[in-house]
Amino acid sequence: MASHLFCGRVNLNILREAARKDLREFLDKCSGSKEHEVEKMFTLKGGRIPSAAVKNIVFFVRPRLELMDIIAENVASEDKLHPRDFHILFVPRRSLLCEQRLKEKGVLNSFTNIDEYILDLIPYDGDLLSMESESSFRECYLESDQTSLYHAAKGLMTLQALYGTIPQIFGKGECARHVANMMLRMKREFAGSHTQILPVFDTLLLLDRNVDLLTPLATQLTYEGLIDEIFSITNGYVKLPPEKFAQKKQGEGGKDLPTEPKKLQLNSAEELYAEIRDKNFNAVGAALSKKAKVISAAFEERHNAKTVGEIKQFVSQLPHMQAARSSLANHTSIAELIKDITTSEDFFDSLTVEQEFMTGVDTDKVSTYIEDCVAQKDPLIKILRLVCMQSVCNNGLKQKVLDFYKREILQTYGYKHILTLKNLEKVGLLKPQSTMRNNYPTIRKTLKLWMEDTNEQNPNDISYVYSGYAPLSVRLTQVLARPGWRSIEEVLKMLPGPHFEERQQVPTGLHKKRQPGENRTTLVFFLGGVTYAEIAALRFLSNMEDSGTEYIIATTKLINGTSWIKSLMDSPEENLP
Amino acid sequence: AHLDLKKIELYEMGWNLKDGLRECLVAAAPYGGPIALLKGHYRRSPSARPQLEIYSSSGLPLASFPWKSGVVKQLGWTVSDDLLCVQEDGTVLVYDLWGGFKRHFSMGNEVSQSQVLETKIFHSPYGTGVAILTGALRFTLATNIDDIKLRRLPEVPGLQEAPSCWAVLTQDRQSKVLVANGSQLFILDNTACTPVTPPGLSPQASSIVHMCVSFSYKYLALLTDSGHVWMGTSNLKEKLSEVDTKIKTPPKQMAWCRRPKSQQPSAVVMWDGLLIVVGECKETIQYHLDDDSVLVPELDGVRIISGTHHELLQEVPGACEEIFKIASMAPGALLLEAHKEYEKESQKADEYLREIKEQSLLSEAVRQCVEAAGHEHEPETQKTLLRAASFGKCFLSNFPPEQFVSMCRDLRVLNAVRDYTVGIPLTHTQFKQMTVQVLIDRLVYRKLYPLAIEVCRYLKTPEYQGVSRVLKHWACYKVQQKEESDEVIAKAVSVKLADAAGISYSEIATKAYESGRTELAIKLLEFEPRSGEQVPLLLKMKKSPLALSKAIESGDTDLVYTVVMYLKNELNRGDFFMMLRNQPVALSLYKQFCKHQEQDTLKDLFNQDDDHEELGNFYVKASYKDQRLEARVALLQSAVDEYYKAKNDFSAKTTEDEMRLLRFQRKLEEEKGEQLVGFSLHDTMTTLLSVGLHKHAEQLYKDFRVPDKRFWWLKLKALAEKEDWEELEKFGKTKKSPVGYLPFVEVCIKHHNKYEAKKYVSKVTPEQKVKAHLAVGDMEGAAEAAIERRNESEISTVLSRCSATTDHLLMERLNRAKATAVKK
Repeated sequence: MASHLFCGRVNLNILREAARKDLREFLDKCSGSKEHEVEKMFTLKGGRIPSAAVKNIVFFVRPRLELMDIIAENVASEDKLHPRDFHILFVPRRSLLCEQRLKEKGVLNSFTNIDEYILDLIPYDGDLLSMESESSFRECYLESDQTSLYHAAKGLMTLQALYGTIPQIFGKGECARHVANMMLRMKREFAGSHTQILPVFDTLLLLDRNVDLLTPLATQLTYEGLIDEIFSITNGYVKLPPEKFAQKKQGEGGKDLPTEPKKLQLNSAEELYAEIRDKNFNAVGAALSKKAKVISAAFEERHNAKTVGEIKQFVSQLPHMQAARSSLANHTSIAELIKDITTSEDFFDSLTVEQEFMTGVDTDKVSTYIEDCVAQKDPLIKILRLVCMQSVCNNGLKQKVLDFYKREILQTYGYKHILTLKNLEKVGLLKPQSTMRNNYPTIRKTLKLWMEDTNEQNPNDISYVYSGYAPLSVRLTQVLARPGWRSIEEVLKMLPGPHFEERQQVPTGLHKKRQPGENRTTLVFFLGGVTYAEIAALRFLSNMEDSGTEYIIATTKLINGTSWIKSLMDSPEENLP
Repeated sequence: AHLDLKKIELYEMGWNLKDGLRECLVAAAPYGGPIALLKGHYRRSPSARPQLEIYSSSGLPLASFPWKSGVVKQLGWTVSDDLLCVQEDGTVLVYDLWGGFKRHFSMGNEVSQSQVLETKIFHSPYGTGVAILTGALRFTLATNIDDIKLRRLPEVPGLQEAPSCWAVLTQDRQSKVLVANGSQLFILDNTACTPVTPPGLSPQASSIVHMCVSFSYKYLALLTDSGHVWMGTSNLKEKLSEVDTKIKTPPKQMAWCRRPKSQQPSAVVMWDGLLIVVGECKETIQYHLDDDSVLVPELDGVRIISGTHHELLQEVPGACEEIFKIASMAPGALLLEAHKEYEKESQKADEYLREIKEQSLLSEAVRQCVEAAGHEHEPETQKTLLRAASFGKCFLSNFPPEQFVSMCRDLRVLNAVRDYTVGIPLTHTQFKQMTVQVLIDRLVYRKLYPLAIEVCRYLKTPEYQGVSRVLKHWACYKVQQKEESDEVIAKAVSVKLADAAGISYSEIATKAYESGRTELAIKLLEFEPRSGEQVPLLLKMKKSPLALSKAIESGDTDLVYTVVMYLKNELNRGDFFMMLRNQPVALSLYKQFCKHQEQDTLKDLFNQDDDHEELGNFYVKASYKDQRLEARVALLQSAVDEYYKAKNDFSAKTTEDEMRLLRFQRKLEEEKGEQLVGFSLHDTMTTLLSVGLHKHAEQLYKDFRVPDKRFWWLKLKALAEKEDWEELEKFGKTKKSPVGYLPFVEVCIKHHNKYEAKKYVSKVTPEQKVKAHLAVGDMEGAAEAAIERRNESEISTVLSRCSATTDHLLMERLNRAKATAVKK
């Protein structure tokens, strides 16, 4: 089921269907027939492939050398008496380098089919596409490996093939520039071979993550953002501690508490979730209780059902109502789990410090709070997030302050984190203050990054997603739509990387004739990752009455501060006897 | 049923053949293709070599050269207009239309040993095939000469000498051979030789002397020694007709003349000077031939080529017959008449029109005229018919115009290619079967580029498949012209191809390179928009630096890697590193590769760049891979050296600290047996405190200049963990706590020791008093402190913790205090 892909302004199901068709064609080729029952799925690992009574084995892999070694091992240890057919499907692109490696390992000829499955952008929700490229930020900014950007450009070309040429491209940042250049080049390459389609997207905005390093560091305060911060959402699923989900059945007295984590799928196909996911967590409770009333009222209806027709009507709605009730129960439990944490003193203190940093309070000296956290050996990532945040909000730390933090971290968490610290410095999350003036306050004021009177219940500004802080990336998006970037030239110059605008020729017959009042559609592509709170902010903008623009979001990876910092860590493991 | 035939003169042949086609081996390609002649073939004198000549269908010379290879048994054309020359020894030589030698292949050892007796070249959905009857009376077959798989067919029982006749046919997706041995008929397929009997074959025949299959392989005609022509389906299930020609001498050639969807069969048999057409009825149609001729079977008729003329013999198409039959009352005929009268400005036009309209046959009339126009070769007749159709159309509403429009277009193209100078006499039926794509290919093959482009533009073929493709072929041809300079050619190509979409310059460049023009190839590659396409050729041409920069330009990192790996194998290490140095993108990718695959190379790269910082990091990483402490420390020392060189004092100092810590840990491990190596400083101190080695912990605290605050936190947590309350108390009294005393309260509570916790409450700063009291559960104290401080939020906090039942009085007090605090 993919009903969640239909609900947006742009039908992303077209993309999904195109991808499905490609996959089916490949599987047809492997099995030589239209029958392709997938018997079993295994995660790639060394040694012999577990036995399964099948004729064909298909490896779905990213084109990475280390994976080729595992595959080679798999193939080499295959039972020679009962040989099976092997196939490789590279996602999203085949790689000469990988094939070379397989050849060196002497297994290349063991494959009946070697092909590529061009799946750059995976439809995640009605308005969300992700490349699920975990290490994209690290590769681009730390390792100068722009492979993921190439895939991003290719993905955008696929998107344009299905949804028409995007007439306007805006961008900010080095990576954005690189992607736009590749797109324009590819456009020339494909010249003449594409059939023309009426453009669905009016504008593409490419944003480098390093233009806004601050936002992912802040703790997300939307419902979905908090679920991700606390339990981490993986591939659209979240695993939750089971205690609160115990089925309360009569007479069992809660004897058998489930021990397996509760796994839930989270997307907008679930009506209630779609309604509350982007709300500030403080507004979720009210929404849930309102919903509860609606549902119980609906169940009460049965007493009013008198005639056979009415009863029939009621019964036909039962499955829907029951689904709504269980959805409500689930989210009430999740909200309780989250509340336990958000009401804790720890959470409050840490949030207070974050907000102080973001408003520019005492960012130039050692924070007692961070010091205390280190002293108590709080989780390292929490410390790193805070220190990086302070550095970003101060446009770099005084050398003395920076060295103090670094020493504290190394002494407490171990010398092995020295490389991680260097990585953070390399990508600009940590840096010593240069002679330049701290420009963060100017940026904050011009872009109104801090809003004093944020309304969490009935928001009127995107700042509600962080209870006061308006994510910089989304502000840039908002300003671009109205009044335009020309009004913030000065600030744009302070942010890293070039900003630019490109236009792509659309044949005269395909110019969109906009109905009065019809919204523009903008695709915002976050190179290096996007957080759920940013997505929530963009959705808020889409739904704002007079916004005039609807947003579709694409990214290399859905991230939060923790997963992001983790991806940048390089802490060698001890190798003790 | 009466058979109506018409013979259309296509061309008066442009060639000048002294002896006509006498003594020539002739092969003419279907679909109005080229004609090959091998002159003097039958004179086997070593002094006079035979001459191979190639002509267009109109007899214009395309190539001519003396034949220097072996004895040719058969000539034939492939579906893509290449000439096949099958030699006696079973070697097949392939030439292009211009007489250029392309390649040769063999039909196998068996064939070359027993020699070729007879050969047939045939076409099937799989391409062009060659069938050979060897001297050993066995058949060898290749169905597709572009993908040769030789098949030797089973033996024919009782075959003592060459069979009287044979043919190749395609049935059930297989090529089979039909052989006649006297009156016996066999079908040979891959596995078996099956005797077959044509139903109703007249019994007076003692031998089948000739046979032919139709263009579509659906029909078969057999000629017997009694002079009868038997016609039926090629699966031998059905007889269509049998006609007596009354001639018993063996004919020279026989061919089907039936057009698709025709109502009746018709075949042509040719003797010297005589051509007989047989159909369903007993009567035959005879034509006299002046000259030696050859028959060329086509999809919808037979072409007859003689030394001077080229004619097309075909059954009159239904639409034409309806219209042009004398006194025809068919709607098309009436419409034609109506239009004629209209041109004469006669009112009869209206009468004719009325007559058609009354029967509501006007659209049928238009359709007939359009269709008939398609079958006519004379442009004037075509125009007359189309004008009539156009006239008729005026009186019709909602008549779909497509058929008329496309017929006009098609005819214009057909008339252009039928022109004497082009010489491709296609019929409309053949054109539709062959498709525009193939026609364009053929024009390109004949180097008729401007005409091909005109056709594409006129037929509005998508640029990608049409004009661009023609231009690419033109460019490929152009780059092989040796007399012009690189600059001139490159310029000419770029000017002509500038606006064409989807041109693959790399293909053109490859052609240039193959003809030995590397410089031209490089110039042409510059025009290629797809960098990815440039790279393989550049590598082939050994232009690696250019290949590398093009790969980088493409953004395709896999391509960059490919070039890098290629260079790594091609160049010596020094040059390789040098080249990478000039290409930072490639260098960082290669570093990534080395990080996973070749650690040593990585070190060399850093060394080359004097990148001391990275070298330091490299040693740090390496130190974690070694298990022996001495080695680890030594590697860390290398890191320290590099960090100093990199002027990174902080890294150098912290690394030195780590070395110091490791040594200390090991020393203590040896002395006290406590596992410590690898712990962080913090964890080391915690461990030491937990086992009571306070002095050692103190020493570390001093040596490593641990901030007081952190040490206090650490120590008090460690002591609480041990529940060493006495030591904790002592510690609290050593000096004023840098972390205050609330942490003391909290750690005690955390370990459920309220008694100990209370000892520290009084020492807590006023700001934290409320918190401390609350922590130990002293509501009174908390309330006292809050009220004293007149702090509204603290009062609220306490209130929220009170229970309405037990703390009733307290709550009242607090509420009062709160009220005053708010007022204030």
